[in-house]
Amino acid sequence: MTPLTIFPLVWLALCVIAIVAMVLLRPSRHVVWLVIIVLLVAISVWIALPNNPGIKVDLNGDGAPEIDKPISVRQGLDLAGGVRVLLQADVPPNTTLPAGAMSEVQRIIEERINATGTLEPVVQLRGDRRIIVELPGEVDPEAAVKLIRQTALLEFVDFGNNPPPAGTIVQTDLAKSTGEATATAEPTTSATVEATTEPTSQPTAEATTAPDATATPEGPVYHTVMTGDILQTADVTFQRTINKPIVSFVLTPKGQEEFGKYTTEHTGQYLGIVLDGVVISAPRINEPITGGSGIIQGSFTLDEATTLATQLRYGALPVALKVESTSTVGPTLGKISVDQSIRAGIIGIIVVLIFILVYYRIPGIAAALALLTFAVLNFAIYKFIPITMTLPAIIGFLISVGTAVDGNILIFERMKEELRHGASLRRAVDAGFSRAWTSIRDSNFSTIIICAVLYAFGTSFGAGAVRGFAVTLALGLLINLFTAITVTRTFLHFILMPLNDETVASKPWLMGLVREAA
Amino acid sequence: MFHIAERRKLWFLISALVIIPGIIAMVYSTITYGTPVRLSIDFTGGSLYEVKFQSPATEQGIRKVYNSVGETDAIIQQLGDPADNRWQIRAGTLSTEQQDSVKQALNTQVAPIDTSQSTFDVVDPTIGREVTIAAILAVIAAAIVILGFIWIAFRRVPHAVRYGAAAIVAMLHDVLVTLGMMSILGIFFGWEVDALFLTAVLTVVAFSIQDTIVIFDRIRENLPKYRNEPFERVIDRSMLEVIHRSLATQLNVVFIMVAILLFGGPTIKHFIAILLIGMASGTYSSIFNAVPVLVSWEKGEIPFLNRRASAEA
Repeated sequence: MTPLTIFPLVWLALCVIAIVAMVLLRPSRHVVWLVIIVLLVAISVWIALPNNPGIKVDLNGDGAPEIDKPISVRQGLDLAGGVRVLLQADVPPNTTLPAGAMSEVQRIIEERINATGTLEPVVQLRGDRRIIVELPGEVDPEAAVKLIRQTALLEFVDFGNNPPPAGTIVQTDLAKSTGEATATAEPTTSATVEATTEPTSQPTAEATTAPDATATPEGPVYHTVMTGDILQTADVTFQRTINKPIVSFVLTPKGQEEFGKYTTEHTGQYLGIVLDGVVISAPRINEPITGGSGIIQGSFTLDEATTLATQLRYGALPVALKVESTSTVGPTLGKISVDQSIRAGIIGIIVVLIFILVYYRIPGIAAALALLTFAVLNFAIYKFIPITMTLPAIIGFLISVGTAVDGNILIFERMKEELRHGASLRRAVDAGFSRAWTSIRDSNFSTIIICAVLYAFGTSFGAGAVRGFAVTLALGLLINLFTAITVTRTFLHFILMPLNDETVASKPWLMGLVREAA
Repeated sequence: MFHIAERRKLWFLISALVIIPGIIAMVYSTITYGTPVRLSIDFTGGSLYEVKFQSPATEQGIRKVYNSVGETDAIIQQLGDPADNRWQIRAGTLSTEQQDSVKQALNTQVAPIDTSQSTFDVVDPTIGREVTIAAILAVIAAAIVILGFIWIAFRRVPHAVRYGAAAIVAMLHDVLVTLGMMSILGIFFGWEVDALFLTAVLTVVAFSIQDTIVIFDRIRENLPKYRNEPFERVIDRSMLEVIHRSLATQLNVVFIMVAILLFGGPTIKHFIAILLIGMASGTYSSIFNAVPVLVSWEKGEIPFLNRRASAEA
């Protein structure tokens, strides 16, 4: 337990204390807001810390946290570097895809990418027949597309009498000779899914699925007996006697012959089912399988059985995919962009801070503090949700910084005007806030509405760039409604406390006013 | 005292001086390239390779490689400082296999590539068409939204139509200035319109409207206050009151954008430059177009509206 990990608890405790104190003491509105702002800034600063540990809550103390929320900046591809591929189902435009086919594609691609250990990959459906895949760190689109589109290589492997457990990565003489997984099974969309044939044999080896493909292939090289093209179809059926889903398959006529021959010769031995080099299951051949069909039995969940059946049936993806666009960003380039944007942002914010301090003096201090609050709140939200940070997203944020001051400017200009017309300090402040509100509201909303339009149409153009900009800009404008008004007013209240009307009258520069000549 | 209302013809003239070259550029561009502004591969489809070599490369060498994959019309340009060995190659759509063979051939036959500092974008023409349609829809949707917004903002003001129309004139002014500048930059520097450019234009429009609304808000507030003053006086008085705000706000956005322009790296520069031009235009048009249009209308100077305006008066 470090101070960083324990902070959220301390913060919650402080919140409770603050609420109790407010109920008991009934402080003024300004004090209430100050407490709220300080608490918000505190938790935001904690979230914004670069070494934030995330939120982990272990309620029952078993070491496995029930709430586990990592908090880190999610970098988009243009900042992290990597490959983005947009793929479309390769079917004629007017055909309707089978229900769930694309989500199945998404799931299979996700599994494949996860198996490679890529950090923070993105696999998203876009519309009803497109899929977008982002692989941070990868610089070779060819490799990425191969990984995505590969037709899985299904092998039946001779395991002799000592089968390796499911999940093991094995080497086979076939995969070795071809170098890598190559297309073997043509997607047969017309495949009949009813596996009606009675199983003539029931391989009995228990198999655990969910291959964990992290081990490095080593050990013996097994002989590949047959490949997936001997399969005509495969499906999930439910076996009542053992109350478990099983995968049944039907062989092609040629496959029936080969399979029958092999199982006759090797009865009693183990036949490995290997998908892309990973052992799916290794059932024992109890008796020759000559009837052209069989089943694979294991401790599958229904989902796992469905996946296996799909993989057996199509070799790979249920829908063939074609590449529509690829985008590759070198990782160093991304890193340079991040550094440059941060530098540009900091310089920009400093200049704005200087401007408001010089131009508005005392009220400027409140506005500057509000602007810093604004920046911290924004960054904390980006990190917490998390919002993917891309270059356009950073620009959106920076522009919202530029406009964040707009609210303050509207208010302060109004204030100065009232002071010029001889209003007292307090009245001028109140008038500034109340009169400027409609302008601030209207002007922010027009931009927020445009952001909504950009967001709505941003799916198909700009591959997320437009959306990133719209989201951070809109978020900035919304937070601005809070910081430019409530936060500024609260800070201003406390900063103006030591001032009275005489001071302002004798030293108008404090309020950024020029002594009138007349 | 400002003479914004009085010198309105001068303000219109300045706008015309900016817009007319832009329109000429758009016409020229349409004749030469087929579109008023140069479109990026986001819309047209194709490939864009920004490659950094580790040692000097030649255009002929690169062209030979592209010819070998059948891309004989590739546009090859060196970027930035020649010592950087950065090149930009535009060509037709390349499959991932073709991308791979281009990269390998460049690597072995031209110069070693620094993949960590290169970007390669390929867009299929079919998706380019869809992006174009989505972009057009977005612009239409934005226009409808903005008109609705103006209508709501000014619905309770006498002569609401005038305010709305003046705000739209200012908005069109900004769109024309931005498109015109983009067209000129496209002809002279090869700047291309991508999806982000569209974002820039819509953002400019949003800010422009916002600026106009703040100014009109004040006019709306002052008109009943100074009933016995002439319309133009009230306008100038209102302008004087809000011009600080307009310029101060604009200045802050400009600070931020100049910072990005100077320190923010090359990838985003075009976007920021366009945004900056648009914002400047937006500030100008709110003060020097929207308001003078309002005055001209009031005075019955707008040709088609002359009779109605004088009838109203």
